Amino acid sequence: MNSVTSKTVGEINRKISEGSAVVVTAEEMKEIVEELGAEKAVKEVDVVTTGTFGAMCSSGVFFNFGHADPPIKMQRVWMNDVEAYTGVAAVDAYLGVTQISDKLGMEYGGGHVIEDLVRGREVELRAIAYGTDCYPRRELVTEITLEDVNQAEMINPRNAYQRYKAATNSSNKLLKTYMGTLLPNFGNVTFAGTGEISPLNNDPEYRTIGIGTRIFLCGTEGYVIGEGTQHAPPFGTLMVKGNLKEMSTKYMRACVFPGYGVSMFIGIGIPIPILDAEMARFTAVRDRDIETEILDYGVPRRGRPVVRKVTYEELKSGKVEINGEEVRVSPLSSFSVAAEIMEELKRKIEKGEFYLSAPVKRIPVKSEFKPMKQKEIVVVKNLMSEAIKIEPNAAVVEASRTIIEKNVNHLPVVDSEGRLKGIVTSWDIAKAVASGRIGKVEEIMTRDVVTVHPEDPVEFAAEKLKRHNISALPVIDAKRRVLGMLTSEDLSRLVAGR
Amino acid sequence: MLLYLHFDSKTVKEPIISLTTLEKKTLINIIRGSVGGREGELFVEVDDARAAEIIDFIRSKGVEVTEIRERITKSEDCIDCGACISICPVEVFRLDEDFRVLADAEKCIRCGICINVCPVNALELPKI
Repeated sequence: MNSVTSKTVGEINRKISEGSAVVVTAEEMKEIVEELGAEKAVKEVDVVTTGTFGAMCSSGVFFNFGHADPPIKMQRVWMNDVEAYTGVAAVDAYLGVTQISDKLGMEYGGGHVIEDLVRGREVELRAIAYGTDCYPRRELVTEITLEDVNQAEMINPRNAYQRYKAATNSSNKLLKTYMGTLLPNFGNVTFAGTGEISPLNNDPEYRTIGIGTRIFLCGTEGYVIGEGTQHAPPFGTLMVKGNLKEMSTKYMRACVFPGYGVSMFIGIGIPIPILDAEMARFTAVRDRDIETEILDYGVPRRGRPVVRKVTYEELKSGKVEINGEEVRVSPLSSFSVAAEIMEELKRKIEKGEFYLSAPVKRIPVKSEFKPMKQKEIVVVKNLMSEAIKIEPNAAVVEASRTIIEKNVNHLPVVDSEGRLKGIVTSWDIAKAVASGRIGKVEEIMTRDVVTVHPEDPVEFAAEKLKRHNISALPVIDAKRRVLGMLTSEDLSRLVAGR
Repeated sequence: MLLYLHFDSKTVKEPIISLTTLEKKTLINIIRGSVGGREGELFVEVDDARAAEIIDFIRSKGVEVTEIRERITKSEDCIDCGACISICPVEVFRLDEDFRVLADAEKCIRCGICINVCPVNALELPKI
């Protein structure tokens, strides 16, 4: 590294105090590096501001309400009927943004309580307790504002996701998810994150963003307090804190994703010191270099299938191609508010109102995000029974004989290669006999068959049986070959013991 | 222009849309509708330039016609997240060059799907 073109955070802070620091937004930095190259850009630029504004579910606020008289050791506590966690000291509680109201359900939640407080509104505080010698009170109802509480410290376990997987839906029903509403049959794609202007994409080695880094959090000064939960670069995350009393609703907003629940848009801006050419190169990252995957939320499994790889450039263009068709894309993060955050942070640094801090400890660049340790999960192939099949041109009489001989109620109808063409049930045969239609199976079979795959969890199969009010599902592979049958009797073995 | 047509028990049985198309030599785009035993309703789109004469013709057949000017409205609460963009069937919403969500309300067919999709309740469909 060339020593002439390297600087320290201390040197940059000195320039900020002298009013001579050169601060640019991440958007502007891309152009500068493209034009001058990284080596020259280090000499020109001291700080790059980055920004993001998106729904960050892993967020919330720690309150200390002060003591009541007589005092209470809160056992459970609600703010506007939204429960906060108080399994800590007497009048401390953590209100998470996704907690929903006991009375209003998904319409109102922790995010809304926090926004109401920041807007200066009164919030009803209600608590119950078991009563102790030191804390005799058992019930409490009062009204509080943000001014009335001792502390209201926003502490978010997982924010500022470096990048996200994008979402689509191959199934034939509309899905309501934390990635927004997904239309059936690949009807749309949604994605989150701000790509090339997002903080962590501009410091992928976590050289300048670490524990103790001063950041812009919802309008005020905040700090990185560690790696976030599920931190796994390049899907890195941050744990952050900041004082709610100083925050502005311009940079934080409660939100509702229909069918999923409440969350909160959180605004984060991080200043990145351009210490050397490597940092200049990092901050020159473009959307076309930032790759992610579009996942199929139509498959309700942890291992959602990858539909395709995609870059943030393609996602931001508003249209992506899936299976040869153009599909419209919705961002779920606000690029316009993210841009305002970058500008606001730039202004603050230029005016000497915001100084940079070097991390006191690095956060890991390599980290694994493990799945949950679970007891064995039961999938369809563990429970399915043998399928007694029949061909489409078999006689109805033969089908009825098979049903009696094999003691089954459902016969999947398959072609010569074993592929599913339909299904006949004992009820179909009874109906056919009653109306004198005793010709071929294909004349009476149901062609639109509800099916499952061998790796589907049994809960998913049970849900299908219930939704369609049926009692058996052919189990098929990707080529629609019948591998077995899953009946409600098979499922009952789960409860009765195998 | 978007029109709301209300058919009574008599007119609901008659092919008035086809009749209008043939007589007026105009194309009518049926957006959505529901037909019951005693009455029916349709939302249709007609050529702006010839709207007046088409409305007169449909009215002359005994159908109640209301011109719909109330389209989707977006309030100050919008945070430009764009959740509405990919949901709207007629592409009312888009991001401008400053990444702000623009609503071209003229295109709105009042299907209402965007209203529940908006995470901050910034969209509203005024009552007709």
